[in-house]
Amino acid sequence: MRDTSKIAIGLVVFVVLVTFPFWYGAGKRAEPPVPSLDTPVIQGLEEKKCIEDTGFMREYHMQLLGDWRNWVVRDGKTVYVASDGKEYVMSLQNTCLRCHSNKSQFCDSCHHYAGVDPDCWSCHLAPEEPAPEEGAK
Amino acid sequence: MKEITRRSFLKLGGVCALGLLAAPVLNAFGKGSLLKVTSDPAAKSAQRWAVVVDMQKCWAGGGETCRECIVACHREHNVPDIPDQKDAVKWIWKEPYENAFPGQGNAYTEEGIRGKPFLVLCNHCTNAPCVRVCPTKATFKREDGVVMMDYHRCIGCRYCMAACPYGARSFNFRDPRPYIQHENQAFPTREKGVVEKCNLCVERLAVGLPPACVQACPHGALAFGDLEDPDGEVRKILRTCYTIRRKPELGTEPNVYYVI
Repeated sequence: MRDTSKIAIGLVVFVVLVTFPFWYGAGKRAEPPVPSLDTPVIQGLEEKKCIEDTGFMREYHMQLLGDWRNWVVRDGKTVYVASDGKEYVMSLQNTCLRCHSNKSQFCDSCHHYAGVDPDCWSCHLAPEEPAPEEGAK
Repeated sequence: MKEITRRSFLKLGGVCALGLLAAPVLNAFGKGSLLKVTSDPAAKSAQRWAVVVDMQKCWAGGGETCRECIVACHREHNVPDIPDQKDAVKWIWKEPYENAFPGQGNAYTEEGIRGKPFLVLCNHCTNAPCVRVCPTKATFKREDGVVMMDYHRCIGCRYCMAACPYGARSFNFRDPRPYIQHENQAFPTREKGVVEKCNLCVERLAVGLPPACVQACPHGALAFGDLEDPDGEVRKILRTCYTIRRKPELGTEPNVYYVI
């Protein structure tokens, strides 16, 4: 057992490396993202409300967008009737991004924080930033 | 404890089976009350959309040089203009008669149209071979006859391109974005690795507009309507004019007609 010291050193190095993320991050906190709602269209709204209430949108926007995609592309239905009875054209580019024209401040802020990378933008066009108001018809 | 009899066991089983049946029925009713989508009241609908291209009008209006319909379509749908023909993407374009109609082998009757440019696009076939071969159902047939693509599902296998006898499909061999001069912000682009083709402007039909090519033609050479409507514009033209279709012998039942 002449290698005890080497094994011990190796074990210490191993444990330190494996636990590195824990003690490196100890005491620090990552600031939760605050998606910006400061766009000209949203500022101009009388009632600052998305198509459904904020809690629902925060939790289920991805399911809702998936449903929209299927309804529009596969079923040919284009109008969404919200729970308050208002009607919206189901379109990421023309409805969502008309108000949320600040993709980098809105969509990306949370997606980066959560480490998700939806591939919407390889086809769908995001409005140019910081050019205000433009991009939506 | 009371011993369970065969009779009561069977009764219990029967009640359980009824319970299983009840769930789907209740679900169906529950869904009905949550219907949340509808269509634009102005949307155009049909049983089977068809296009008639009057080539006489097209040629009379300068069919060799006029590109209004092509430009309108490609701008509307963000179709890239890739100079390298090998990688070109096209939804509607011109093809010489011999290439568009290779089966029409009559020696002299067609002298007048030999070599002339014909406007070609997806035929939105009634028996579309592309729909049948698509392994992911990314290409599918809508109830109104449009052969539609769901680019979200396309895996780029190009079976549809092999199946289409009209060459109506293009593959994005490279990222199309740098080749789009005028981006239409209201419509998506495609990405590298998906197949694309004419969608008969379903996004315009949904708001009550005719297809972009039909609207753009300054010579009125393009007609569009419901083939199943006996009094419709399409059927009127088909009744009064001699029309041909591309490769009808294949049985795909193309829905684009040509007046020659």
